[in-house]
Amino acid sequence: MSTQALLVRNLEFRWPGDDSFALRLPELAVNRKNSLFLHGPSGCGKSTLLNLIGGVLAPQAGHIELLGQPFSELSAGRRDAFRADHLGFIFQQFNLIPYLSVLDNVLLPCRFSARRASRVGEPQAEARRLLGALDLDPALLSRPAAELSVGQQQRVAAARALIGQPEILIADEPTSALDAERQAAFVELLLSEARRAGSTVVFVSHDLRLATHFDHSLALAA
Amino acid sequence: MTPLLRIALKSAWNRRLTLGLTLLAITLSVTLLLSVERIRQAARDGFAQSVSGTDLIVGARGSPLQLVLYTVFNVGEASNNVEWLSYQAIAADPAVAWSVPLALGDSHRGFPVLGTTPAYFEHYRYGDRQPLRFTSGQTFNGLFEVVLGAEVAAKLGYQLGDRLTLSHGSGPLPGLEHADKPFTVVGILAPTGTPVDRRLHVGLAAIEAIHLDWQGGSPIPGLAIPADVVSKFDLQPKTITAFLLGLHQRSAVFRLQRKIAGYRGEPLLAVLPGIALDQLWQTVGIVEKALLGISWLVFAVGLSGLAAVMLASLNERRRELAVLRSVGAGPRHILFLLMLESLLVTLLGMLLSVVAVSVAAWLGGPWLAAQFGLSTLPLAVSPGELRLLSGILAAALLVSLWPAWRAYRLSLADGLIPRL
Repeated sequence: MSTQALLVRNLEFRWPGDDSFALRLPELAVNRKNSLFLHGPSGCGKSTLLNLIGGVLAPQAGHIELLGQPFSELSAGRRDAFRADHLGFIFQQFNLIPYLSVLDNVLLPCRFSARRASRVGEPQAEARRLLGALDLDPALLSRPAAELSVGQQQRVAAARALIGQPEILIADEPTSALDAERQAAFVELLLSEARRAGSTVVFVSHDLRLATHFDHSLALAA
Repeated sequence: MTPLLRIALKSAWNRRLTLGLTLLAITLSVTLLLSVERIRQAARDGFAQSVSGTDLIVGARGSPLQLVLYTVFNVGEASNNVEWLSYQAIAADPAVAWSVPLALGDSHRGFPVLGTTPAYFEHYRYGDRQPLRFTSGQTFNGLFEVVLGAEVAAKLGYQLGDRLTLSHGSGPLPGLEHADKPFTVVGILAPTGTPVDRRLHVGLAAIEAIHLDWQGGSPIPGLAIPADVVSKFDLQPKTITAFLLGLHQRSAVFRLQRKIAGYRGEPLLAVLPGIALDQLWQTVGIVEKALLGISWLVFAVGLSGLAAVMLASLNERRRELAVLRSVGAGPRHILFLLMLESLLVTLLGMLLSVVAVSVAAWLGGPWLAAQFGLSTLPLAVSPGELRLLSGILAAALLVSLWPAWRAYRLSLADGLIPRL
């Protein structure tokens, strides 16, 4: 079994009809169960990278390996299935489906991945445990996600990304919509739950002050 | 795909206002389509059953359509009469169970008068072999007695015991009244929704009696035979216009038809009413096709509404679709999700329409049947309607491909992070 959760080599991507590179990344490697802080200013191709790692885009050149699998060589359908089974995502905002309840939002990955559903055994109970661990008021569980505050939504998104213990957790500026004093607390909660789930964490942010929470830190060139 | 069904339902419920209006448009247009189809079918059946239970209609040789038009629909006139002797000879054929002579030519305030025998009320059938019924009174017995169709009585306000006079010919020309021989209303028929409603029925002898002092279409000058002495004359008609035949066995109909065509006394024609009515429907059927065409157009408007709502909702749903992508949904799931939604709206609309049309048929069917001569509206969905419904579903699926395909393209372009 490969010791690397994520391995990127000589990655190149450009949008169709655009000559300039949206992203060039010679190398990026993250070991299993480690956490990486990726620092990138806006416009550095960050979201392109996340789309590539998530498998919704395919690189023109280079190689992405996830959990020892040649991910970028898989078919689009296999990449979708792989994403469902092994990856959890948290974005800056609008993570939740507004008309689904908090609980249904957290359970979404278990509906798309039999593997993640079988890992938790009791999805409802695990969702409640995760939400509790992430400090969300249990009274909110059956409320539509749209009624939550931004901070509460981000915690629900974290619970959803972590349910079923995906091997890789990718967080894209998950704290940028939060107050400064709540950011650190959120990152700590996220990392401790990721450790418990055994997930590798790739955390992207422009806020360098958060880098101290992570095992490694890397700057994406603009 | 089951999780997608749940999500599709909840997502649709979240947009229930716009989708509800779309559902209403689809329901209304499908209801229109179904009603037109059902009424069309009923009108066709009703038309085809304007006369039923009669095996042959016999008249002077000419166009079969014309024969049916003047005997069944009170339209047009016979080019020639039939000799009473010919009628008697053919009615005596052992295959014939019953016969009803018809004498046309007079009218009352625009309504045609039919001279016949009481056997007419016994044997004439319409619709699903329904006999004629009297709402009041009975058949004529005396010489100057008349039985009114339902519409004649209603429009002209006649009641039992009222007296009326007949006019010569079909037009309301002044001076050609049989004013000296008034008739008494002795019976009024129940509405049938067929041309029977627009007829006055008198005995054959009465037709003879009012024409005793007439010749060549006008009164004989200087000759007036009062009503109270006509019974002293021979009132046996020499000619009639046509007659209806019922057979003991339907299988004999073609043999008898050939026999009548070859009748040596005079040139005669026998038609099977069903076949002639079908031919006639072909010519008036263009209206039903136009109606159906318009209904399809209305349905197309409903479908464009559906497509427009789905397309318009895509912008607000881009985040939702991106979230689904991030938890593992593929673009084909997105395609499926969108098509599922259109499908649900269409199916629900179809279901509501079938219910609406059936309830309407149940409540309004009897009234329509009496007013317009539609055969009773069916409550269940006919095979023809099933074909129509599958056509509707196929059209809806085809149209829903468009927003679904656009969502598919959008979700490919947006990836996990929609650039709004």
